[in-house]
Amino acid sequence: MISTHELQSKKPPFSEESLKEVNRIISQFPEGRHKSALIRILHIAEEEFGGWLSQETMDYVADLLNIQPVEVYEVATFYTMFNLEPTGKFVFEVCRTGPCMLVGSDQIIEHIKNRLGISKVGETSADGIFTLKTSECLGACGYAPMLQCGKVYHEHLTPEKVDQLIEEYRAKYAQLKNQN
Amino acid sequence: MGRKLLLEHIDVPGIQTYDVYRNHGGYRSVEKALKTMSPQEVVEEVQKSALKGRGGAGFPTGMKWSFLAKPEGVPRYLVCNADESEPGTFKDRYLMEKIPHLLIEGMITSSYALGANTSHIYIRGEYMFVLDILEKAIAEAYANGWLGKNILGSGYDLDLYVSPGGGAYICGEETALLESLEGKRGNPRMKPPFPAVKGLFGCPTVVNNVESIAAVVPIINIGAEEYLKIGTEKSSGTKLISASGNLVRPGVYEIELGLSVEEFIYGDEWCRGIANGKKIKACIPGGSSVPILPHNLITKTATGETRYMSYESLSDGGFASGSMLGSGGFIVFDEDQCIVRNTWNFARFYAHESCGQCSPCREGTGWMEKVLYRLEHGQGNMRDIDLLEQINKKIEGNTICPLGDAAAWPVAAAIRHFREEFEWHVTNPQEALTRNYGLKKVAETL
Repeated sequence: MISTHELQSKKPPFSEESLKEVNRIISQFPEGRHKSALIRILHIAEEEFGGWLSQETMDYVADLLNIQPVEVYEVATFYTMFNLEPTGKFVFEVCRTGPCMLVGSDQIIEHIKNRLGISKVGETSADGIFTLKTSECLGACGYAPMLQCGKVYHEHLTPEKVDQLIEEYRAKYAQLKNQN
Repeated sequence: MGRKLLLEHIDVPGIQTYDVYRNHGGYRSVEKALKTMSPQEVVEEVQKSALKGRGGAGFPTGMKWSFLAKPEGVPRYLVCNADESEPGTFKDRYLMEKIPHLLIEGMITSSYALGANTSHIYIRGEYMFVLDILEKAIAEAYANGWLGKNILGSGYDLDLYVSPGGGAYICGEETALLESLEGKRGNPRMKPPFPAVKGLFGCPTVVNNVESIAAVVPIINIGAEEYLKIGTEKSSGTKLISASGNLVRPGVYEIELGLSVEEFIYGDEWCRGIANGKKIKACIPGGSSVPILPHNLITKTATGETRYMSYESLSDGGFASGSMLGSGGFIVFDEDQCIVRNTWNFARFYAHESCGQCSPCREGTGWMEKVLYRLEHGQGNMRDIDLLEQINKKIEGNTICPLGDAAAWPVAAAIRHFREEFEWHVTNPQEALTRNYGLKKVAETL
């Protein structure tokens, strides 16, 4: 597991831009019901603070919403989208549920493991770029097999298409690194 | 060619944008409702249309609306359930992604009917890219005077917001959804009180599926009388079907309810048959929670009648020889698919998604997953098959929400129709690891 990564070093507080977004979200709910904004704020926090929720991040969000830290922990641990440990820069989440399995998701998972040189789902490639995960039905059954990376759905996967994707994300990573 | 009410303009370039949507008759239902109808008249029109909830349970939408409590001085909420997570179902995503203004229009007309001045769309967190599309469309609707204060000079105000979940199937259950929308874990609430009395923030709330809310648009536009002429006597209107699995042309289709299952699977306009020239082995017609049908019960019922895509025909024969329309998640299996493996896969899904609140579901789904894993991996024995049935009975009906039932029914149905295939896995453990049982000896028609 990578603990400190050059692209994952940003820590609370939020940027000014994110704070504006946080306030916009809070304003969508009635007075005293600002906790409703929690899940969306956790998504923003995860994106801004290196792709996972550290305790420091969660405590910061609790403070921001003026709720108890445990109220954040219990939500962060309930919902599967939140990473509670550091991940690679890009997380490939391959759908493993029935309809995807019928058209070859198992083979896609195996292929990614081989290409990234990792032995099991949940691991991160040695270069720290990719983490492979599986997920339950992502609502792309008619365009299966598929994987999600960030906000993007990659559908109608084949081994060749996966190879291409890996190359694309590697290039994106190199670009990010140059910018930093 | 079936009549299209929701996807009529889906192929028009730019239909995602406000201008194109408006030029194709968009927002007419809002004009009609706010200018010529009282809220109560809109509710009555939807009741008359006999629209059944399109999320899966099939509860009449108009009746649900009529239950909404209206105490003085307390806000009421309409919440759209866009948490679509039932395996095999992707129609709501398609609708929101391709024609987002249809949902927004439906939300405005429906919120007006219910007297809600703030409404929320709760969308599964994985659909974050769809959330962006919806927020863009909502901004367009505000800019053009369809949302905000005094809409069309009617004196009616409405604010509309979108909130994401964080990845939890259970949040499709309406009270778990409300918990999640309040920023909590998605644990379903005890009922009563029902959301119609005590829902979001303790206020009266209606929770409706994306497709149900979208269907309000054509119902108001053409009127309930006209809507009732589409579909069958007991299943009015059209339905979005998400077709997946081993089909030549999977995807989302809008059908008139009452289309024959055979036509849907093999018709040129629809799925065009089984991929790679193979034979059909089984079909789950309404999302992973509904009973699986073996090949001899898909296009015909147990009594030999034609099976149709409708609430009544798909459930013909009850659970013994029928299934349910459910969410319209239509999953097709070819002859090479292993029923045991697939049943295990879905059991793993439910074990993963159980919220853990009720022990029969929390423990039972985990047990089923483990027993099925054993059977699938050549380590099972005959008693395991009976054990699965026992676990089923102990979950069913013993939990706060229907996830337990949803986990139990598919396993029960798979054993009911494919017991020999399960037994073959026990008697031929080594062979079962290397090849599939195939098509033979599927249970005869009852």
